[in-house]
Amino acid sequence: MSHLIILPLLLPLLTGIVLLLLRGSAMPLHKPISLAATLGLVAVAVMLLLQVGDGQIEVYLLGNWSAPFGIVLAADRLAAVMVLVTALLGTGVLLHRAPFDGHTGSLFHVLFQMQLFGLNGAFLTGDLFNLFVFFEVLLIASYGLLLLGGGRDRTRAGLHYVVLNLVGSTLFLFAVGSLYGVLGTLNMADMAVRLAELPESDLGVVRTAGLLLFAVFALKAALAPLHLWLPGAYGFTSAPVAAMFAIMTKVGAYAILRVYSLLFGPDSGPAAGLLDPWLVPLALLTVAAGTAGMLASRQLSQQAACLVVVSAGTLLTAFGLGGTTAVAAGLYYLAHTTFAAAALFLLTDVISRARGALADQLVTGPDLPRGQLLAGVFMLIAIAVSGLPPLSGFIGKWLILQSSIDNPWMAWVLGVLLLTSLLGVVGLARSGSQLFFDTDASVEAGPATRLSNLTAPLFLLLLGIALVMYAGPLYEFSRAAAAQLLHPSAYVEAVLQAAEAGSVR
Amino acid sequence: MEALIAVVVGILTACGVYLSLRGRTFPVVLGLTLLSYAVNLFLFVMGRLTIGQPPIIREGASYADPLPQALVLTAIVISFGMTAFVVILSLRARAELKNDHVDGEEPGQ
Repeated sequence: MSHLIILPLLLPLLTGIVLLLLRGSAMPLHKPISLAATLGLVAVAVMLLLQVGDGQIEVYLLGNWSAPFGIVLAADRLAAVMVLVTALLGTGVLLHRAPFDGHTGSLFHVLFQMQLFGLNGAFLTGDLFNLFVFFEVLLIASYGLLLLGGGRDRTRAGLHYVVLNLVGSTLFLFAVGSLYGVLGTLNMADMAVRLAELPESDLGVVRTAGLLLFAVFALKAALAPLHLWLPGAYGFTSAPVAAMFAIMTKVGAYAILRVYSLLFGPDSGPAAGLLDPWLVPLALLTVAAGTAGMLASRQLSQQAACLVVVSAGTLLTAFGLGGTTAVAAGLYYLAHTTFAAAALFLLTDVISRARGALADQLVTGPDLPRGQLLAGVFMLIAIAVSGLPPLSGFIGKWLILQSSIDNPWMAWVLGVLLLTSLLGVVGLARSGSQLFFDTDASVEAGPATRLSNLTAPLFLLLLGIALVMYAGPLYEFSRAAAAQLLHPSAYVEAVLQAAEAGSVR
Repeated sequence: MEALIAVVVGILTACGVYLSLRGRTFPVVLGLTLLSYAVNLFLFVMGRLTIGQPPIIREGASYADPLPQALVLTAIVISFGMTAFVVILSLRARAELKNDHVDGEEPGQ
């Protein structure tokens, strides 16, 4: 048992504490420390990925308490990939111009590291109650991040976001409590074992709790009809925060994938296939609703937020289709859409500063200084987001569409995804022409964009291009991760036998 | 006793849901508080109701399940902190939006 697996939790936690202690310091230390820690996190994530890349499952017993009684962390391929995606996204976001300065700026970095801590914990934990705790950690950090800066719209959207998530947390606890009452354990691997031998009379409670958990995860993942909070929350917050939140809906999707492959997967006994009638139709509804919102948006940031809803729907469609091919396609799409959505949010920030007082409203605006450069980057990111060739969005969507063939949902999936992709292109093309061509020289523009301001969007775009260049090996890896996930017996065995394998040193 | 607790949890949840659907921030905060009370009670009872038993496993003796008590403690701390946070947030929304409606504007305006 190596200690590597707990580093993605300890590194951001300790960095956050150090940054909190440095809060009053006059020297602008926060950004360098935060960025260095996030780069360190990338390195740790790569090491973790190399360690679990051959299919081995790393289990870490906290305090060396043996598995079903103590708390475990478990890293398989999926968890390691999620940690890496989070770390890369965090690096990209921190490369962007800091949204706040002074005291607020130092708070931003503290909360940012705490957010990374919560995210990594949620990806690595093997315990259902700990999943709840890490959800709370990342949510509490996200409340602070969302509200930083203040302002009418932001406060109102923040209030909705906080209240909704508090209700969600209550439901999560109800579900966890019911499952514990019936199964007598909270370790997810142990739960899977107990569930298989559960008497028929208790199945109703387990099904109810399972669907309650689904409602909670659907709220986090912005699955229709629980997606209405997202455009407000993401659209009105500051750009780096919105970009970082691109991973937040994926946490919900990850939790659905993890919990339902372990507890309600195809060969998990009596409660198998609990979500089958729900996930795909709701996900397609999400895609449609997000597209409608995107076409109706009057601001670029709102449009980007609606595109996050669309991507969440597309992702959950892939996960809902089930089977190794579809889940692998979903995992590839997950990495792509996280980077692309974050790049769009950050570019929106650059554009709205270049436009001065009009910000990102989609109305006749000023002639932008360096407009052609901005328009070019916007077009590249729009191509990636909307899934046109040759960028990563196209490969992701194509893999998902291909995996739906021979599925009973094929006609619906193909129809909805292709039509909404077309509408997505139309919506983004309209915004682009509005921003860059419908100009009026008499309107005053903002300061000229400096090239360094484009570093962060371009970095995230480059990650997307890397996804295309190495699409073959990455897809093979996604397939391996999906296969490992859908046959959880190895995971269960690794967690439950970790106690016997001996102690730490 | 189980029936009584179940009824109490049910009433608390119903009141919490009703209040959190109201239009002003103060009832919403109260509703969230009631919901967290309900869930804390629910979690606690999930270890089964036992009286006068030690939370230690011994051979031949019955025991009270200690885990739900630990879970409830965690849940109480989190919900307490979040209640404080949402109270402050409501006050700030009241100051910034000039009214206490959850949508930030009086209905009918």
